[in-house]
Amino acid sequence: MLLNQFLLLAAALFCIGVYGVLVRKNAILVLMSVELILNAVNINLVAFGALTDDVAGEVFALFTIAVAAAEVGIGLAIVLLMYRNRRSIDLSEADLMKG
Amino acid sequence: MSALFAAISSDTDLMVAQNVFFGVIAATMIVSALKVVTTKNVVHAALWLVVVLAGVAAQFILLGAEFVAVTQVLVYIGAVVVLFLFGVMLTRASLGDDETVAEEKRAIASIVGVLLFSVMAVALIDTWADDRVVIDEPQRVAEVSDSIFSQYIVPFEAVSVLLLAALIGAIVVARKD
Repeated sequence: MLLNQFLLLAAALFCIGVYGVLVRKNAILVLMSVELILNAVNINLVAFGALTDDVAGEVFALFTIAVAAAEVGIGLAIVLLMYRNRRSIDLSEADLMKG
Repeated sequence: MSALFAAISSDTDLMVAQNVFFGVIAATMIVSALKVVTTKNVVHAALWLVVVLAGVAAQFILLGAEFVAVTQVLVYIGAVVVLFLFGVMLTRASLGDDETVAEEKRAIASIVGVLLFSVMAVALIDTWADDRVVIDEPQRVAEVSDSIFSQYIVPFEAVSVLLLAALIGAIVVARKD
């Protein structure tokens, strides 16, 4: 298998995730798009690990999975707090810090 | 792209089954990922996300990384998606056909996405023209764990502390007081 297959797939997933982050208004859907981006990174790590025949790629993919799990936990807690304070999780309404 | 096809066709020991499976899974993943970012129903987006995550796990198996694939299924499909569904439930976020896409941003966001992909694709094809991934046997789980608990013990402990901090932080942020 070509290395490029996996890298191009990851690039496509990454770009779809970036599109989702930019276009979504719902905070939960933005977090889902961030997950797409993180998964694209994981595919890259494991593919390069397979290319160099090194376990480092897999180890760092596991670390990324752990960090992503922590990120989702904190992110959803913030979304819950936002919902409790404003009765809405629409990100276009969250403009308190807008200059 | 033509360099890619040339490299594929000039392959002497073509792994047909792996390539076919890769194509099918990759196409499913791309379609599902597009559904995740375009569907108007939040629960449907979470369910499409499950398909993408399962596809990523399948790609890990194709790459011979079985332990990462199992962890992907356990952590992402088992925990993260359930967390998302709980988030949807607790915020009562527009379960129906609610408009969650910023219409005015759609054009510029697609331009950004397509441009980014073109730049990355050109760079990748130029750099890794015909490098091959040779998977003769799956990575042994023992090697991964040996590596984590010897060479990467410091980052491992850092991740443990990070998870503890995230746990406490999530409770502190989300609790009613």
